[in-house]
Amino acid sequence: MIGLQYAAGKLPEHDLMVTRSSRLSEPRWVRWIVIGISLLFVVVFLAVPLALVFVKAFEKGTEAYFMAVTTPDALAAIKLTLLTAAIAVPLNVVFGISAAWLIAKFNFPGKNVLTTLIDLPFTVSPVISGMLFVLLFGLQGVFGRWLDEHNVKIIFAVPGIVLSTIFATFPFVARELIPIMQLSGTEEEEAAVVLGASGWKTFFKVTLPNIKWGLMYGIIVCNARAMGEFGAVSVVSGHIRGATNTIPLQAEILYNEYHITAAFSVASLLTFLAVVTLIIKKVAEIKIRRQASTTNSQSFTGTL
Amino acid sequence: MSIAVRHLTKKFNGFTAVDDVSFNVETGELIAILGPSGSGKSTLLRIIAGLEIPNTGEIHLTGIETTLSSPQERNVGFVFQHYALFKHMTLYENIAFALKVRKVSRSEITERVNELLELVQLKGLEHRYPSQISGGQRQRVAVARALAARPRVLLLDEPFGALDAKVREELRKWILQLHEQTHVTTLFVTHDQHEALEIANKIFVMNKGRIEQEGTPREIFDRPLTPFVAEFVGESNFIEAEVSEPHLVRWGPINFSVNGYPLREKMRIYFRPNDVYVSSAPEQNHVKATIAKTRFKGPLIELTLHIGEGKHVIAHVPKGVSFTSGFTEGSEVYVGITEYHSFSKS
Amino acid sequence: MALAKAIENIFPQRRKRRVLPGFGLSLGFTVFYLSLIVLTPVSMLFLKTFDLTWAQFYGSITSARVLASFRLSFGTAFAAASVNIIFGVLLAWTLVRYDFPGKRIVDAFVDLPFALPTAVAGITLTTLYAGNGWFGQYLEIFGIRVDYTPLGITVALIFIGLPFVVRTVQPVLEAMELDVEEAAASLGAHRWYIVSRIIFPTIRPAALTGFALAFARTLGEYGSVVFIAGNMPMKTEISTLLIITRLEQYDYPGATAIAVTMLVASFILLLIINVLQARINRKASSV
Repeated sequence: MIGLQYAAGKLPEHDLMVTRSSRLSEPRWVRWIVIGISLLFVVVFLAVPLALVFVKAFEKGTEAYFMAVTTPDALAAIKLTLLTAAIAVPLNVVFGISAAWLIAKFNFPGKNVLTTLIDLPFTVSPVISGMLFVLLFGLQGVFGRWLDEHNVKIIFAVPGIVLSTIFATFPFVARELIPIMQLSGTEEEEAAVVLGASGWKTFFKVTLPNIKWGLMYGIIVCNARAMGEFGAVSVVSGHIRGATNTIPLQAEILYNEYHITAAFSVASLLTFLAVVTLIIKKVAEIKIRRQASTTNSQSFTGTL
Repeated sequence: MSIAVRHLTKKFNGFTAVDDVSFNVETGELIAILGPSGSGKSTLLRIIAGLEIPNTGEIHLTGIETTLSSPQERNVGFVFQHYALFKHMTLYENIAFALKVRKVSRSEITERVNELLELVQLKGLEHRYPSQISGGQRQRVAVARALAARPRVLLLDEPFGALDAKVREELRKWILQLHEQTHVTTLFVTHDQHEALEIANKIFVMNKGRIEQEGTPREIFDRPLTPFVAEFVGESNFIEAEVSEPHLVRWGPINFSVNGYPLREKMRIYFRPNDVYVSSAPEQNHVKATIAKTRFKGPLIELTLHIGEGKHVIAHVPKGVSFTSGFTEGSEVYVGITEYHSFSKS
Repeated sequence: MALAKAIENIFPQRRKRRVLPGFGLSLGFTVFYLSLIVLTPVSMLFLKTFDLTWAQFYGSITSARVLASFRLSFGTAFAAASVNIIFGVLLAWTLVRYDFPGKRIVDAFVDLPFALPTAVAGITLTTLYAGNGWFGQYLEIFGIRVDYTPLGITVALIFIGLPFVVRTVQPVLEAMELDVEEAAASLGAHRWYIVSRIIFPTIRPAALTGFALAFARTLGEYGSVVFIAGNMPMKTEISTLLIITRLEQYDYPGATAIAVTMLVASFILLLIINVLQARINRKASSV
């Protein structure tokens, strides 16, 4: 914003209550109303619910909170959630990098189809995602009988949970990386290749540093979504207490049994993770912007 | 419409972009505001348009004070460097915009838009979108758009800066033609001196927020009043030396007469390459020199002349003359400086 | 990397050699992963549908209960997206054009529905709008019931869908050059004229894309809705819940029928989104 400086001269000064931007902007009162409405909306729909999670979680005091998150069922849920994320996220990251490299750096027929397929879980309901795996591996499913005969449990067991989580969250890293990699174009990589670098070297030394913030955010978001996945996992898990419950499922059970405070205590773990995710996103955004502005040294042609 | 500007100052965050600028523009003139990046010329133009408010000073358009009035009220036409066309509207709608805003009748709009399309030679393209035409065409649409509501003054902010050299040249001639047809008072901002020298009636040379010199292209070129103008406009040789005898500065074998400067005064003397007269035969008041280097520059040849004791002078000689006179590297010639401008260094 | 080479041969190099390495490998892995994780399950879905005759399929999705759930799911998703397009555009405008203390925090906040588990959103909103909840208690005074009603479902979907509109419109607003507005002002247009005739048309495709994205996303929403909805068949039962119910009853074909219908609707939406995106890109590539 342009500051106002008053010339210390003998000449009459204008009452500069306006900055340059307001020369062209809405009248003050319009601005404040719009800001007010927007903020009100954000507070009502976003801020208050967030606050409620933590208030309710600690309603019965910190001791009760820690007890709630350390019951055997809760601990099992935490373990399962972490395990799922530990498998799903790395796999999805590798996929994400691979897909982003493919889509951003090359042109080939069918590229649009590929992009649409990658976006699929975004528009498919999580319940339907889970249902797909039930159709495949459930007792009545395509492989159901074969699995039963070999005593392999996928549905109502951990593998099913992991698989459906992978399905539900695989686009996240790719979607983060594709625009970033498209933005940086192919010039730097081409330069590296011309200078003699191999494919892997080019990737690690040239591409990776450019996408590191986007990649970090993609990983964090993919992780948050993997840990918080509810719909798909709910269908597949069977809700077996202590065995096939993730943190969100555990919170659901506690809530349905009217252990409200305990439910929120458990839920607050993932809520805290969500807040951390948001903070990291903001930091990543700032860094990416800074990076973009230093590489774009467009000179002004005398516009001052 | 005439423009009168008095003591205009504009600061941004402690940086003075425009520093106490005053001038007059008569109706119908074609004025160039010439200066390097950061000289404040664009800011000055924007203040006249109403897109910025000055900290101090006044603007009068046709005698009426308009310093604080909004851009909408001033009825000035403004053409931006990057065209600023409305991407989602056709060329027709772009040009018609100012008229639509003023609620002009549809038939009148059609008439006026067609008139303008003829003027800018884009008839037949009116239903295209900005993305479908070339840069040069876009700028012509921008000019037509600005002229639609018959503004009293047309302001152009580095209008050809974003275009190729060839297109720039064509549009330069075109603006001149347009001005002759419409007689609208026109101010344009540029850092390209050839542009300014070629088409303007008058040039204001700006540097660091101030107007260094105001005058016709001839005056600016032949009689620079400050070292900056001498250096910025056209190419220059310059030498620095002291006034060693009354009204005389010696530089090697060459004498420059300077009037009105005390002894010992440090001077800077500018002279243009085309004011350096080179001949193969000795002439009066000419000094001997050797051609150290020749360079081909299209219509002229650039000669680097060595005038004893490590002193060099650049001369521009028309290609034909150079050829006929047999100027080659190493040959001996005679040099005289026909015009020069002296400034005190302090 | 014989497989990679084989894949490269499927896409023969015409005039250009592929300069950058890794095409075969990345294509191979990407397609493999997609096939495993996406294509196989999805094709199963369609295969299962053929277990039903056309008549059975039709009958399955036109039962009164199913139709009621469709009306509910589509209706609430549409209503929520409509609210979101209005406030989302407003919010995007505020974040891009105005400055106020805490702006960065608000900007980060917009992504909360994205990062928060849907179940947590679900129990939170239910608690908030319950009769004795922080908001619920005041709304009761006015006779407005939110929980266990379609209104509650809509509220939950507004929460879920908000980031989609804001994040789609924001970049377009940020990319708008100020000189276009200055040009309009110099041509005599006053602020509201500029906003309505110049700015709104520019962001309209993005706003509509955001609407479509929010709509598609909230159509199949489960976790955030299932707590606040009440889940009464014919009244507050969403389609996704109905799918789960049928699955639990081992009525796989029935569940599949509903899922396929919803998938087709989502697919059509995706298509519309892509067309709109192409429009945005076309306009943005001009000067």
